[in-house]
Amino acid sequence: MRTDLVTNLRAIWGRAYVRVVGANREPSWLFFEVALPLLASFSFALIYRGLGAPEQYVGFVVVSGAMIAFWQNILWSMAAQFFWEKEMGNLELYLIAPISRMSILMGMAVGGLFMTAIRAVLILVIGTWVFGVTYQVSSWVLLAAVFVLTMGAVYGLGMLSSSLFMLFGREAWHTANLFQEPVYFASGFYFPVRALGDVGALLASAIPLTLGLDAIRQLIFSGKPVNPLFTVRTEMILLVAATILLNWAALKALRYMENLGKQSGRLTLKGQ
Amino acid sequence: MEWSIETRDLRRTFHDRPVRRLFRRAVGTPVPDKVALDSVNVTVRPGELFGLLGPNGAGKTTLIKILSTLLLPSSGRALVDGIDVAKDPDNVRRRINMVSGGEHSGYGILTVRETIWMFSQFYGVPTKVARQRAEIMIQRLGLSESANTKTSKLSTGMRQKMNIIRGFVTDPKILFLDEPTLGLDVGIAREVRAFISEWIREHPERCVLLTTHYMAEADSLCDRVAIIDQGRVLACDTPANLKRDLAPDCVYRIEVPLWTDGTNPLDQMPVVRSVAMEHRGDQGRTHMRVILEDEGGIGSVTDRLAKRGARVLSLTRLEPSLEDAFLSLVGHGLTSSNGENGAR
Repeated sequence: MRTDLVTNLRAIWGRAYVRVVGANREPSWLFFEVALPLLASFSFALIYRGLGAPEQYVGFVVVSGAMIAFWQNILWSMAAQFFWEKEMGNLELYLIAPISRMSILMGMAVGGLFMTAIRAVLILVIGTWVFGVTYQVSSWVLLAAVFVLTMGAVYGLGMLSSSLFMLFGREAWHTANLFQEPVYFASGFYFPVRALGDVGALLASAIPLTLGLDAIRQLIFSGKPVNPLFTVRTEMILLVAATILLNWAALKALRYMENLGKQSGRLTLKGQ
Repeated sequence: MEWSIETRDLRRTFHDRPVRRLFRRAVGTPVPDKVALDSVNVTVRPGELFGLLGPNGAGKTTLIKILSTLLLPSSGRALVDGIDVAKDPDNVRRRINMVSGGEHSGYGILTVRETIWMFSQFYGVPTKVARQRAEIMIQRLGLSESANTKTSKLSTGMRQKMNIIRGFVTDPKILFLDEPTLGLDVGIAREVRAFISEWIREHPERCVLLTTHYMAEADSLCDRVAIIDQGRVLACDTPANLKRDLAPDCVYRIEVPLWTDGTNPLDQMPVVRSVAMEHRGDQGRTHMRVILEDEGGIGSVTDRLAKRGARVLSLTRLEPSLEDAFLSLVGHGLTSSNGENGAR
């Protein structure tokens, strides 16, 4: 039992190492990962300014720009990575190793967090400085709790998606790309999700990031009208439920998909 | 006896995906299931370097995938170190590792040392132990100068040496090597083979299952060889015994003028067990390797060739090789030539 735990911890560190080292050896990522995403945030901020929208809307956009980094790290750089690992021939080596598949995914996510955190902080700092955004945080403890819960739920969703990438590879990759923009839209990255209407917002809240983002906005723009979806308390309860449910489902789905892949012979590419 | 590897009536079939299968049935073009392995019974002892010899598509890689828990058998059983791969894959994984030829695993941004270390972590090898083992192997395989090079900058040979170390560094009880010298040049292939045989000599309690389609590699490296074709094991014995089963007087090399009409001039001759032809356009000749049921048949063979207009330019009796044993069992040669990449 202890040996298994140590092996899995080593695996997490082993896989995380690639991303930590990668960040140092290819600094060009800083430009592509920070400067380019800033453009989208800046566009929306300028539109809100131009329309004379309440000032907190510009703040929404800056905060969302930072949160998108985490979303992309989890869903695209972690879950979809199984597709690339399959293409490169690494997936089969992970699968024959005596470790949990979740350790590999965790390693990718933890390693990615190193880069993502830098990216998120830079976007936040630059955006805040350029647009002069002011924050009024009602509770740092709650803010940290919401952030952790959001990450927990989104990681669960990422791991759940990775099971699809493991088996379906390229097909899953295309589908993921197809969903990218609708997810950005439904999560309310650049506007309060309530703007989608009651039913639309309720449906969008199936994406844990929607709830997390809404709660974070309520907590850091305290006292200003943010048109919230639910109360912070309700959103935290829903995020706890989502974290448990999604991580449990991910564990089951990874096992199920692996077994399905072993039956159909689709865990590896032909010729590998 | 506790076998390191044991398969019992192992069978694996592949079929079309359900939707495609239904569609093909509906349009009247059903595709039959492809049998990749058919009643395979193989046993490998601890300390043995066991070879699976067969042409491309024979079922070698499928067998390795089943044994390494990447694929489930359709029926039958596969045991690794006495553990059923289908029922308890987690336990099997603690005992195995695998290296494939032409593998591009790892990440180009990491160096050779880092890549070996990273993969060792997936088996829980402490960093210090992993580094010590890796250093010894890096030196043995002559990889020291490239050890701090990013893997994206490695040549094919260097990369395969690194892959080999990746497989051995976890000190597996059972190691699967799938065409480990595929595409390597003569010198590097020799170094890799020497490394493998040295390792198994130093670790007599371990076992290596190696697939290859290089005759000479199987002959020189393996304690026992199973000849596999179209999913079936046709013979399994030591290379010496497989060769001995052929009478020494029955293998001939016959040279005739270039025979390019695509037919076999010795077809439907009961005395001829098998024929392999190699056309050498530059010499204007065709080399035929002929295995006969008995030595008395050689007269009728030369008569037949004469009748077909294939004048015999030279005729040599040969000592049977593993290739002849293969030819005799399978009825055709391998696609790649014997002794390729310097196996001798």
